[in-house]
Amino acid sequence: MSRYIDISLRVNGEDVRATVPSRLNLVDFLREELSLTGSHVGCEHGVCGACTLTVNGDTVRGCLMLAAQADGKEITTIEGLAENGQSAQLQAAFTKHNALQCGFCTPGMLASALGYLNTGGSADRDAIRQHISGNYCRCTGYQSIVNAICDVIEETSI
Amino acid sequence: MTGPAHIFDKPNRYIGKPEPRADAARLLQGRGTYVDDQKLPRMVHAAFVRSPHAHATILSINAEEARAATGVVAVYSGEDLAKHVTPYVGTLTHLAGLRSMPQHPLAVGVARWQGEPVVMIVATSRALAEDACELVYVDYAELPAAVDSETALDTGAPIIHSELGSNLAWERDVVVGDIDAAFAAPDVHVVERQFRFGRHTGVTLETRGTVCDYDPSEDQLTVYYSGQAPHMMQVIFSKHLDLPEENIRVISNDVGGSFGIKIHTYGDEIATAAAAKLLKRPVKFIADRFESFLTDIHARDHIVRAKMGVTEAGKIVGIDFDDLTGIGPFSMYPRTSAIECNQVLNLTGAPYVMENYRAKGRVVFQNKTLMCQYRAVGHPIAMAIADGLLEDAARKIGMDPVALREINLMADDSYPRTSATGMKLDDLSHKRALRKLTDLMNYDGLRARQTLARKKGIYRGIGFVSMVEVTNPSPMFYGIGGAPIASQDGATVRLDAGGALHVSSSITEQGQGTNAILAQIAAGVFGVDLNRVKVTTGDTATTPYGGGTWASRGAGIGGEAMLQAAQALKDQVLEVAGVMLQTGVETLDIQSGAVTDIDGSVRLTLADLARTVYYRGNELPNDLNPELIATRHYRVTDFPFVFTNGAMAAHVEVDIETGFVKVLHFWAVEDCGRVINPLLVDEQIRGGVVQGIGGALYEECHYSPDGQFLNATMADYMVPMASEMPEITIAHIETPTKTSILGAKGAGEAGTGGAPAAILNAVNDALSPLGASIWQMPMTPERILASLNQADCN
Repeated sequence: MSRYIDISLRVNGEDVRATVPSRLNLVDFLREELSLTGSHVGCEHGVCGACTLTVNGDTVRGCLMLAAQADGKEITTIEGLAENGQSAQLQAAFTKHNALQCGFCTPGMLASALGYLNTGGSADRDAIRQHISGNYCRCTGYQSIVNAICDVIEETSI
Repeated sequence: MTGPAHIFDKPNRYIGKPEPRADAARLLQGRGTYVDDQKLPRMVHAAFVRSPHAHATILSINAEEARAATGVVAVYSGEDLAKHVTPYVGTLTHLAGLRSMPQHPLAVGVARWQGEPVVMIVATSRALAEDACELVYVDYAELPAAVDSETALDTGAPIIHSELGSNLAWERDVVVGDIDAAFAAPDVHVVERQFRFGRHTGVTLETRGTVCDYDPSEDQLTVYYSGQAPHMMQVIFSKHLDLPEENIRVISNDVGGSFGIKIHTYGDEIATAAAAKLLKRPVKFIADRFESFLTDIHARDHIVRAKMGVTEAGKIVGIDFDDLTGIGPFSMYPRTSAIECNQVLNLTGAPYVMENYRAKGRVVFQNKTLMCQYRAVGHPIAMAIADGLLEDAARKIGMDPVALREINLMADDSYPRTSATGMKLDDLSHKRALRKLTDLMNYDGLRARQTLARKKGIYRGIGFVSMVEVTNPSPMFYGIGGAPIASQDGATVRLDAGGALHVSSSITEQGQGTNAILAQIAAGVFGVDLNRVKVTTGDTATTPYGGGTWASRGAGIGGEAMLQAAQALKDQVLEVAGVMLQTGVETLDIQSGAVTDIDGSVRLTLADLARTVYYRGNELPNDLNPELIATRHYRVTDFPFVFTNGAMAAHVEVDIETGFVKVLHFWAVEDCGRVINPLLVDEQIRGGVVQGIGGALYEECHYSPDGQFLNATMADYMVPMASEMPEITIAHIETPTKTSILGAKGAGEAGTGGAPAAILNAVNDALSPLGASIWQMPMTPERILASLNQADCN
């Protein structure tokens, strides 16, 4: 098997073609090759959630997927979030509630929160806590993040 | 106290207001710049071969294959770098008797903990550098390891530094009054427990890392640093890499969490700077998570045997304890690894009036990762000893733990005073905090529901802590002992030609909201809208000189410097305005970006004033020399530290079948003096509480008997996640410190310092009907079940 693989994919609405080492992680590809440094690397074994992003609408760990596996896929990173709609509402609510401190977990946390909203998640605080329990935040007490997600759901349902 | 007292005499637009952080938007759009986001031309990448053994002689290193591997630029051994980096020793003169040995960036001759860097590979990518690490053959001769702190001082234990003759790094005794006589008095009940506080670590989500760039044409080293103390690092790089201090620029952009982890001297980072200097090109090193677990400083690791004596009527007569702490094979440079033990000796029981106190601390070397100052240094141990024993004593004499605290807490009107150990205390509010806490949580109602639940076989517990926190340290913390660590901070405020403020400060931002509160203080004191303040921090080339953000000092010290600078600039601008308007300065003010009359009517916009000064100086009298920039520095003078206080409570449910603890709710009442931004401080306290709960219930670095770290992955090392964490209610009492005009004390470490004791007490309250108790953290299900089994056997 070749140690390099040709891939073609869409990232944040732009077509990308590249030749990547077969062992390269998706998140490393995005960060190193495309300079999309908004996705962060925290543990490289799928536990911390800092690299969470969206692949064909699914919430995915960027460190558990190879760049080669992204061939033909549509990727959305924090840099590609829409400037309106739920992602913008989430960003505003995170600001209002101070649902971030150092910001390192934030792109992944937003991706997980968007996944929750997109699947019709309710403003049930325990359910939200369960859903974001794959995203580690060392700075906040999580409460402000739950508040922010609840806010967006309640605003949307009005 | 200096400066005018009138700043808070009138309503303030920003200080004390829950303003959202201006820099949140940047981080929420993925536009932050963390150190791994830094890419420089010709940059190469470092990876390290690390010791697989806890203690081993390095017999030989064969790196020939690695040197020839694809992409490899350089290979360095410990001996290679020792020619270019002078060794460092983690001792300070004010910690009398503290011993350590010179440490090199990479091990020379002997490796003393699993994970110590041994060989450095520099290659064109991190992946190729790691590939080459696999091709380095190090021949080790394993040595017996001193792993267990309890046996490290035994005769026959392996000695880690033969030059020192034993594994004792430091010891200190504190004796006040006559504890033996106090305990022997007729109506005194003595409780005695052995506490064990497991080793845990910071687990910053952004791992440690650095990008170092050396330009030989100017002999200039630029270090992109993910950390808390840029000026301290500037001195360290200068001293050990033989570069002039002024030729070193340390830049902290966004820092992905720090908590005391990223404030020390790490061999791999120093090696990266040395490699940049040798290769004359940028070198990046980013620790992976395994490297972080093995080399980031660890925390706690204390074994404490402690006694408290209480009279029948509930008066504490004294505390007696012996603290043994294991610090790894070296004392960390430059802050040392004896500070935590020293804090435990100084702080235990500090909220309570007591006449007798005896404490012994011993700090020992061991073949584990280095231990040093992590968030709430010493506080979780000190608070758990005193408040754990206090609630144990309350059970023994049949008194409510709140009532027992009421008897023994220092009265709010009794300050200034000293603690039993001689700490100077002022402006504290223990009793008000406890009363506010019991009101907030509806204590009586909670107790009634607890009783009902117990009848149904549900074991709930309520636990408290009354605490002090060391904040705003003076030069007595580090500077006095010879450390290159500033206790003062500076702030500069400059009015630009458009009427906006540019401010810079030597305190740093790691997510606390440092930049936000600096802007609030400058805007509020000077008189512009918040969105017209631009903040610069984290750059030794462009900010005033100072200590950085640690020890809950940013707001209290850096904030006060900013207040004084903003006030000074306001006075300077009003002097110019007075001349331009031919009006007495006392009739003028600055509000919302304009010079106004006292009643607020606009006389002159700041932009007009500044443009006149900058562009049309001909319109001003020749003897007027306008200065539209002001700098002030501030340090704490009359106290070694500005103590804060707080009262916290936990409500837990223990499943006695599985041993699992569910934290149902947590409350914290904090007196951090003047609150600059409640939105920021509340969530910072919550985050601190969550870290404290982590230490109390989940987090532990497990080692095998031969010193192998057994759970060095995020899947195996348990950190608190959202679903386990409770809702946390925060309330404040504001007793401003008299040491500054701003009146702010620190708050950043309160939750981490106090929560473990409150959780311990709550768990033991839940277990008490079963005759069981637990005194070991983390309180894992296994340990709780063991304590229940023990109670059954009894």
